[in-house]
Amino acid sequence: MLQSLFDGILVGSILSLGAIGLTLIMHILRFANFSHAELISMGAYFTLTLDAMFAAISSTLVTQLPMLSVTISLVLAMLFALMITGILAATIDKLVFKRLREKAGPLTMVFASFGIGLIIRNVIGLVYGLKSTHYNSDIAFAMMLSSDPLLLVKADQLFILGITVVVMLGLHLFMSRTSVGYALRAISENPVLAQINGINLGAMVRLAWLIGGALATLAGVCYALNNQLSPVMGRDLVLSLFAAAIVGGIGSIYGAALGGLIVGLAGSLALLIIPTGYKPAVPFLIILLALYIRPNGLFGEEQ
Amino acid sequence: MIGIISYLAFFLTIALILAIAVLGLNLQWGFTGLFNGGIVAFFGAGAYGMVLLGGSERIDGFGGFGLPYPIALTGGIALAGILAVLVGIATTRLRHDYLAIATFGVAIALESLVRNAEFLTGGAKGLRGFERPFESVVNSNLGYNLLFLGFVVLCLLLVYGFLEILVRSPFGRLLRAVRENERAARALGKSPPGIRLTAFVLGSMIMGLSGALYATFYAFISPQDLAPILTFQIWAMLIVGGSGNNKGAILGTLVVWGAWVGSGWLLSTLAPSDWQLYAGSIQYILIGSIIVFSLLWRPRGLLPEKLSTHDYSTQLRQSTQQSTQQTTQQTTQQTTQQSQEIHTKPTEAT
Repeated sequence: MLQSLFDGILVGSILSLGAIGLTLIMHILRFANFSHAELISMGAYFTLTLDAMFAAISSTLVTQLPMLSVTISLVLAMLFALMITGILAATIDKLVFKRLREKAGPLTMVFASFGIGLIIRNVIGLVYGLKSTHYNSDIAFAMMLSSDPLLLVKADQLFILGITVVVMLGLHLFMSRTSVGYALRAISENPVLAQINGINLGAMVRLAWLIGGALATLAGVCYALNNQLSPVMGRDLVLSLFAAAIVGGIGSIYGAALGGLIVGLAGSLALLIIPTGYKPAVPFLIILLALYIRPNGLFGEEQ
Repeated sequence: MIGIISYLAFFLTIALILAIAVLGLNLQWGFTGLFNGGIVAFFGAGAYGMVLLGGSERIDGFGGFGLPYPIALTGGIALAGILAVLVGIATTRLRHDYLAIATFGVAIALESLVRNAEFLTGGAKGLRGFERPFESVVNSNLGYNLLFLGFVVLCLLLVYGFLEILVRSPFGRLLRAVRENERAARALGKSPPGIRLTAFVLGSMIMGLSGALYATFYAFISPQDLAPILTFQIWAMLIVGGSGNNKGAILGTLVVWGAWVGSGWLLSTLAPSDWQLYAGSIQYILIGSIIVFSLLWRPRGLLPEKLSTHDYSTQLRQSTQQSTQQTTQQTTQQTTQQSQEIHTKPTEAT
């Protein structure tokens, strides 16, 4: 029970990171981006490549952080991957979604996002192979903080929780204290009015993709640290991300954060009563429940 | 020669079964603008429903009632419809992409159900032991396949005819009205959520029929047949053929299914053996690219939707004439003249 709670919170915090980016885009561009989860895979795999590059450059970078399986080069690689994934996300928008926005409705973008997701997922499979991998092969030996058989906690997992808390706090400060954060919120509330006030829509859309891509990379690296890297990791997460965004209410960052925790906990606690094989169905049941009971989510406004 | 004929019959049978599902999607996406992200769920519901009702008795599980084929087929279609109602009621009132998310979810949920509920669905092994209709009457394998192809063609024609009548009917115009301008439809006193739900359920039942025929053809259904790629393939077929055009939907099916089978054959013969593992990925990228590039460059497809301004304006003129004659006699002449002027203009322009 305690272990399930801990696992649920851990998975939930990873989902929250992914769902925040998803909900931002869903609110600003008004379409459900099914390729968002592929940004998670992209970020995780870019980190893998960059980590290997940094490790080859200097051996001092390979030293592990105290008690963790995470190396300095991995952290560096992650920081670079954040930017690359963010820029790529904005580029995909420019090449595909922007053009479709100009001549067709939001559902055409949903349609295209399925296609893009399929392409990205299989290109990753071609480039990196279909087998799953790890950042660090001795990850299994990462330090156990608690050896109590009822609750196994790895130091890595606390590291993941730490990252998510810091990032969410940072995002909260950014959205509520800076003028750029205000502008982003204004654009998502009322694009026309915000533009009249001199906010550049194109720049804000790019910023939203950058943030979404960066958060997706963080989620991907954390997920890979906790589980493993595989080309289908994004596909496995996508429904949970949507569940988190819908439960929280589309457009609400705090809602998505809370929604992620709820979906993570529900998935983990559900395993206490249902067989493991049915786990993929849990996010769908949450979505259906949310749509029947509270279609605007916990913090969402009327659409 | 016999080999070629039997292969062609096999290819056409599968392609035309899929064409039925594409027609179902055309009703949802092409005519009503509903995005179905989990076609495979309704296809699967039809397939499993049919086999459970019509299959021979199972020792180790539920189902296998051995019902007559027409009843089993109807049951499969009904199951797909029930699933669609369940998802549709929750989503047709809401943001339009919620339907995409919910249908995507129902496909994942159904796949995990059929994979695990061994008692009901046979789990990963699937369901076998289904006696195909008339199988005992026809002796040769090829003969049966040709007979079955004929049956599939009949089903396809029935669905095609039904949809053609439907989209030309007042209800069909209502569908397009909801797709083009929901607010205007509502202003005319129509209820878009109800119309969307009807179109969604009908389309899903057609997909259920497609799944049931598929399971009949193989006399076997397993979770392997419900791979998510099927949903993508059916989208690609519709967007290539031309959404909003039933002939286009069938043409697109043949083109994309041909490209799929052809690329699979090319990869298996030409690609080096250590690349065979990745052949699937390459084919998936092909399907993804077809979808994205069609949407970008040829969104209306090979056979674009025909927006028959002429028919429409004649009908409208007739209806205005009738209604005005019924009401006031004095203004009749004026209004019909006016409506003729208004409604003939676009016809002349085209």
